[in-house]
Amino acid sequence: MVFVGWYFVSNTLRNLDERKIATGFAFLAREAGFEIGETSGFAYGAADTYLRALGIGLANTFRIAAVGVVLATILGTLLGLARLSRNWLIARFAAVYVEVMRNIPLLVQLFFWYTIISESLPGPKDALTPVPGLFLTNRGIAFPVLHYDPAQWWVLAALLAGAVIAWRLVRWAKRRQAATGEQFPALSVGLGITLGLSLLVLLAVPHEIDRPALSGFNFTGGAALTPEFAALLFGLVIYTAAFIAEIVRAGVLAVDRGQFEAANALGLPRRRAMRLVILPQALRVIVPPMTSQYLNLTKNSSLAVAIGYPDLVSIANTTLNQTGQAIEGILIIMLVYLTISLSISAFMNWYNRRVALKGARA
Amino acid sequence: MSAVLPRPPVLPGPIEWLRANLFSNIPNALLTVVALYLIWRYLPPFVNWVFIDAIWRAPSSTACRAAAEAGACWAFIDEKHRFILFGTYPFEEHWRPGVATLLFLALYAVSAMRRFWRPWLALVWLAGLALIGILMWGGVFGLSYVENERWGGLVLTLILATFGIVFAFPLSILLALGRRSEMPVVRSFCVIYIELIRGVPLISLLFMASVVMPLFLPSGVTVDKLLRAQIALILFSAAYLAEVVRGGLQAIPRGQYEAAEALGLSFGKRTVLIILPQALKISIPPLVNTFIGLFKDTSLVVIIGLFDLLLALKTAINEPAWSGVGVEAYLFASLVYFAFCYAMSQYSQRLERDLSRGPVARALKDT
Repeated sequence: MVFVGWYFVSNTLRNLDERKIATGFAFLAREAGFEIGETSGFAYGAADTYLRALGIGLANTFRIAAVGVVLATILGTLLGLARLSRNWLIARFAAVYVEVMRNIPLLVQLFFWYTIISESLPGPKDALTPVPGLFLTNRGIAFPVLHYDPAQWWVLAALLAGAVIAWRLVRWAKRRQAATGEQFPALSVGLGITLGLSLLVLLAVPHEIDRPALSGFNFTGGAALTPEFAALLFGLVIYTAAFIAEIVRAGVLAVDRGQFEAANALGLPRRRAMRLVILPQALRVIVPPMTSQYLNLTKNSSLAVAIGYPDLVSIANTTLNQTGQAIEGILIIMLVYLTISLSISAFMNWYNRRVALKGARA
Repeated sequence: MSAVLPRPPVLPGPIEWLRANLFSNIPNALLTVVALYLIWRYLPPFVNWVFIDAIWRAPSSTACRAAAEAGACWAFIDEKHRFILFGTYPFEEHWRPGVATLLFLALYAVSAMRRFWRPWLALVWLAGLALIGILMWGGVFGLSYVENERWGGLVLTLILATFGIVFAFPLSILLALGRRSEMPVVRSFCVIYIELIRGVPLISLLFMASVVMPLFLPSGVTVDKLLRAQIALILFSAAYLAEVVRGGLQAIPRGQYEAAEALGLSFGKRTVLIILPQALKISIPPLVNTFIGLFKDTSLVVIIGLFDLLLALKTAINEPAWSGVGVEAYLFASLVYFAFCYAMSQYSQRLERDLSRGPVARALKDT
């Protein structure tokens, strides 16, 4: 095995020498010389270094993964519960969705959405507006946002303060229940305080809404998703949601019937039984495969290169085409993804240890 | 024998069925009404577009779109079906990839039947794949030689998926056994290999195959792109399959290992005769699911420019005569992939039900 390794390395060095390709990571400090379509809010120009370009790519990867994970979880959970619904139509719809979406390659779905957005949607002049303020065009999807004002940071502060109050409230309610047996709806009151406080602060600070408006050939104002981002997001969310739906369904089904019945017999109201008895047990089954779906979504976001969203892989690809330093370029991609997946599996092991049944071994 | 027979099932009438399944309570009834409205609103236009208003024959997409209220332009698939199926394979030789495709389908069908799960099935596969190789390459028996840069279309997708599975499977068994080996060097090599491959996206391996692998070889030696991509797919799927096989190995009760050892069987015999047959049998359903993943993943070769089903479609819609039929093209691609993957997943589910009634599963349940 050592010999085989040495053979490949010596071949590689000779080939690199013959083709006059430099080795090492010195190229990272050189000027990249290409523009990047979207930069996740960071400053970047063609005169910046390759290192910065790759950093932008990584930020773009994280942005699509973060939004994708949140939306896929919501959609997937809804579908998973829908498939368990007693309503035949809803359950059938969810079943058909899952079967269709997970049996079509993600890449085909990405091309499909990208074609729908860039070919089938109208130009900005006659944009589709399914909801007032939302514009679907072949240049992307424009929607209104809050106009930024530094004072809006106070809203975040209010949110945090509300969370702290709610947490204290829950602890107090628990102590009181333990001492007197009286219950207090701490969770909903806490949530109400948090949201109410943030809303009050929001109304106190400047809060103009920035609406997209047609000017010339495109929309200005508001915020917009590029066609690439939107297609990648739709594809990833719709595809991953099918897998998440199955995980959620399996998790709920894994909870023994007796647990429902026991909770009922104890006289727990339905919602309380769900929160205290069923969910903790279902989550133990759901979380490990769910994290691996999140990891899959992050790895699948690398298909961005096929529709031109500038994620890490697509920028590393441009870099290695320009510099010829293929080994280093691919090494960077692999190291970044390995770091991400090792961190996620470390988290998963920690979680599994935490929720493992006491005395039982997985 | 006076067994008590179960009460005959009471079959609900249609009204009872509706009440139980669609209108059991008010929220449910509301959901049903909303769902019915959405179906009524969106299903007929969709059916119209796909079937009733669709154009099945036309020379170009402009001709398709010229008709008033035109639906889908399936004429594109009709005109381009040769290209989609066989890519740039020489036109007058198209029967060869055609027969190869049929051979693939026949091999799948035969392997799906459990009564053919005999040792000779491996020989059938060997012969089948050799025949497919001869058909595709030619150069013997009076068939003209076709270099594999010209292979393409659906048949290339089948080649990548099938050869990927056939070669990755044995490799994955070795990796799974290696991961459970007591030799530290072997075990750590297998663990590192499996975790490394599973931690990176397939596309980085495909890039590696297309741009880095040529650098590893001595100058003068070249391996063509198709083979390099095939190797990347094999190495990638082997890591995933290995984890499935390892799951099967773990499910075998210790007693089986100990009994085999007590009989004085060597490690090789223990593994081949006692452990693997049981482990593989219980891991067939998850293995089929991994095969589905691999089949879908072959579409990624588009990114390094191999002419599979998807790239053939993508190229065809770039022709000026067929501009703007992207939606139809990708729906067709979805349909083809879906047909293969859905068949596999239904098969895997049926197999799981059958095997869970089988003797191995029962023995496992009892322990």
